[in-house]
Amino acid sequence: MSRYTGVTDEDLKQMLEAIGVGSLGDLFADIPESLRLGRELDLPQGKSEQEVYEHLAAMAARNRHNEEEISFLGAGMYDHYVPALIDTLLSRSEFLTPYTPYQPEISQGGLQVMFEFQTAISELTGLPVSNASVYEGPSAVAAAGYLAKLETKRSRLVASRGLHPHSRAALRTHAAGYGMEVVEAPLDEDGATDVEALAAAVDDDVAAVFVQQPNFLGTVEDLGALSEAGKRSGALLVCAADPIPLGILKPPGELGVDVCVGEGQTLGNRLDFGGPSFGFFAAGERFIRKMPGRIAGETRDVDGRRGFVLTLQTREQHIRREKATHNICTAQALNALAGVVYLSWLGKRGLVELGELLLRRTHYAREALGLEAINPGPVVREFAVRVPELDALFERARAAGVNPGYRLGRDYPEFSDGLLVAVTERRTKEQIDRLAELIAAPAREAAPA
Amino acid sequence: MTEDTLTIFELSKPGRRAFTAPSTDVPDVPVEELLPAGAIRERPAELPEISEPELVRHYTTLSSKNFHLDEGFYPLGSCTMKHNPKLHERVAALPGHARLHPLQDPEHAQGALELMWRLQGALGEIAGLPHVSLQPSAGSHGELAGLLLTRAYHEDRGEQRTKVLTPDTAHGTNPATVTMAGYEVVKVGTAPDGGVDLDDLREKAGEDVACLMLTNPNTLGLFDRNIEEIAQIVHDAGATLYYDGANLNAVMGVARPGDMGFDIVHFNLHKTFTQPHGGGGPGAGPIACSDRIEPFLPMPQVVRDGERFDLDFDRPRSIGKLRGFQGNFGVFVRSYAYICSLGADGLKEASEVAVLNANYLKAVMAEAGIAEYLPIAFDRLCMHEFVLSGQGAKDKLGIRTLDIAKRMLDHNVHPPTVYFPLLVDEALMIEPTETETKERLDHFAEVVRSILEEAQKDPEVARTAPHTTPVRRLDEAGAAKRPVVRWRPNGENPGDPERAQNAPASGSGAM
Repeated sequence: MSRYTGVTDEDLKQMLEAIGVGSLGDLFADIPESLRLGRELDLPQGKSEQEVYEHLAAMAARNRHNEEEISFLGAGMYDHYVPALIDTLLSRSEFLTPYTPYQPEISQGGLQVMFEFQTAISELTGLPVSNASVYEGPSAVAAAGYLAKLETKRSRLVASRGLHPHSRAALRTHAAGYGMEVVEAPLDEDGATDVEALAAAVDDDVAAVFVQQPNFLGTVEDLGALSEAGKRSGALLVCAADPIPLGILKPPGELGVDVCVGEGQTLGNRLDFGGPSFGFFAAGERFIRKMPGRIAGETRDVDGRRGFVLTLQTREQHIRREKATHNICTAQALNALAGVVYLSWLGKRGLVELGELLLRRTHYAREALGLEAINPGPVVREFAVRVPELDALFERARAAGVNPGYRLGRDYPEFSDGLLVAVTERRTKEQIDRLAELIAAPAREAAPA
Repeated sequence: MTEDTLTIFELSKPGRRAFTAPSTDVPDVPVEELLPAGAIRERPAELPEISEPELVRHYTTLSSKNFHLDEGFYPLGSCTMKHNPKLHERVAALPGHARLHPLQDPEHAQGALELMWRLQGALGEIAGLPHVSLQPSAGSHGELAGLLLTRAYHEDRGEQRTKVLTPDTAHGTNPATVTMAGYEVVKVGTAPDGGVDLDDLREKAGEDVACLMLTNPNTLGLFDRNIEEIAQIVHDAGATLYYDGANLNAVMGVARPGDMGFDIVHFNLHKTFTQPHGGGGPGAGPIACSDRIEPFLPMPQVVRDGERFDLDFDRPRSIGKLRGFQGNFGVFVRSYAYICSLGADGLKEASEVAVLNANYLKAVMAEAGIAEYLPIAFDRLCMHEFVLSGQGAKDKLGIRTLDIAKRMLDHNVHPPTVYFPLLVDEALMIEPTETETKERLDHFAEVVRSILEEAQKDPEVARTAPHTTPVRRLDEAGAAKRPVVRWRPNGENPGDPERAQNAPASGSGAM
């Protein structure tokens, strides 16, 4: 008997008798003999809890994590401080172990959390309708593409090259299924989306235009201008946004954005080597019945008490089947809980303070590094620079316990010497200066004594 | 409105805070000098202003209104609500896992890549298929990946196929996925024994069919005895056979989808491999496939070269990326720990006991006092779950399946999945899982019996249930008719004129 089951020999005897079979094997009589495995799975035997812990801890020790180095790595996931109360609340069995709130009378906690989450996302994005979360950022972008197809019945999508490479890739992968072509709009010389080129790429066949705020290089985009250029022929404007800078940036909903999606990891979620986190999906009211995923709504019970339910379910797969607006079920409730707790922890003023801190540190860091900027205009949270000897910098910095950032060359061949540097509240001035020193080191070494 | 239903926004009071910003160490440059005027937010987002103690109390109070698996029996059919071992939270939280950046150089993420590689191997062995991608974010995402792989496979062979077959017992995600993947759904009927109607399948499996999506055991909890013939028909038509892994918990170590002839499988790590459900996520939906599908798997793939693990992006025929980074790694950690704990012997035992528990509960519920009201829909040995029909209770007692489910809430057990599968009238779909004891199963049967007895005397009690929960039956129709999907100050829905003026997109229109 394993430690997670509880059938004693006596139980087994009684249970088989009640069923009317002689052995456990008889229960599988419907499986043809030819299909029975007839051997044990080729896996090790079960282990004690202590042995499993030690095995996993030994593997974890072979990863260099963010408490072991000073990391300027971002590119979609960021090293923010997660307050202790999030660990406490998320580890409560009442949040950790229930299923989706199919029985609202015994799920009011989870449903109210979803409602509060939707309110917070609506506030950040400036759009009136948010769902209760989707898987994560890039697939949320792809879901927005599907909404655009359902809404416009058009055949093409235009994506700025400032959109995260993973978002562009996920959009292409999903669009191959729902039958749409994805074309790219280039960046201009300052690392912002080229407004004129975007305008030229949009015609009557384009269902949606995708941009990102700040874009992948950290550039603060001129959303108003992109909106004007992108929406002329009736295409939807989809903006992928980082929620923390939205605390100081004009909400996408006020600049003509129809759908705002994004990666929620920055809101109180761990790095976790890429997931689980959550994606958010907010839109204008006219899209409320075309949204993907769960939406919580407020209502009353038979005694007139306030309560919350999953609502507008006639959009969803379990009701609408092949006519559903998406195949997604519930997605990331626990991660979205972390998101709304984090936003409540920061609060109305804290989010602004954090955003301003990031803004100042980003600009300070770009200047302190003293390198040629790929995006010299306004940036927040991240910026891109050209590094003459990138490999040498990495070697030197890694030896000194510093991870300088993300090499742009893999995704942007035009920036093969590009380095994307991310800043959070955890990256102090002292640490930024340390990176600057490492960058300057060869020049100093080469200089005469 | 009682105080404990106030949202966090209504608890807000200007001036309170839980967050203290780290001290400013860089020049205090005015925001206006760093951002163009048109990009600056004019008014702060209306987030709550609240102190840490009140923040903790609010969410702790909310949590107390959730029924949860650590509290009691949760026999939701098709959801596999098995115990979530507590070790898993500890290992997932190790800084080497939780604080690891997804773009860390593979050289400095060898432990994480090894864990993924080992999990791939274990899942492949359990499925009987050699290739695995862990990338999909959930079962629904895995299904979509499976059909995108199918499309890529056929297109690579120069074939344009337009239809995908799904049984009429299928989960709603199957047909929804078919549409998203650009195919047309064709339903296949169910035979009197609960399996796929072979004649109907033969008739529909033409050259235009790309795939048959199947769950086996199916959503009735029955293993399809004709699976070999089904695979033959599908493969003769040139289509792929897709395994919806929702019910894999019935057959681990007993039989393998790959050996049954399936080409592509998805796993629900949050079901079979016990990632906690989190009130509706996160999960993960890895896929396994045969050799002929492998070239199209998403990228990157985790590969091993001698002692070194790496991410392989050089996959020219790949369908591409389904999402950011490498997938829900935190979920992989938990599921891998689970597989290590159980091992080959324990995984098989888990499936055996899951099937034992389901058949035992079915037998107890076939006794007098229950069976005349809730007869079994297909009376044969079941696998890990079974389906009852509430037709008898409706006809003889005047209470519906919904009423029975709601009355269960007063007994502190979670109801089964109700009104699914669609072909069973007033369905109750019961999946006890292997981690429940005989006493728990007996107790559940007693609860059902007592609800039915009570209804013989006074059906109104069930019809108006629940009576002891934080709220009673909620007006779902009203919620959908006039949706209130976010809080607004002063309860105004539609938004106030000032808001509409300042923020046209956020304040317009009735909600």
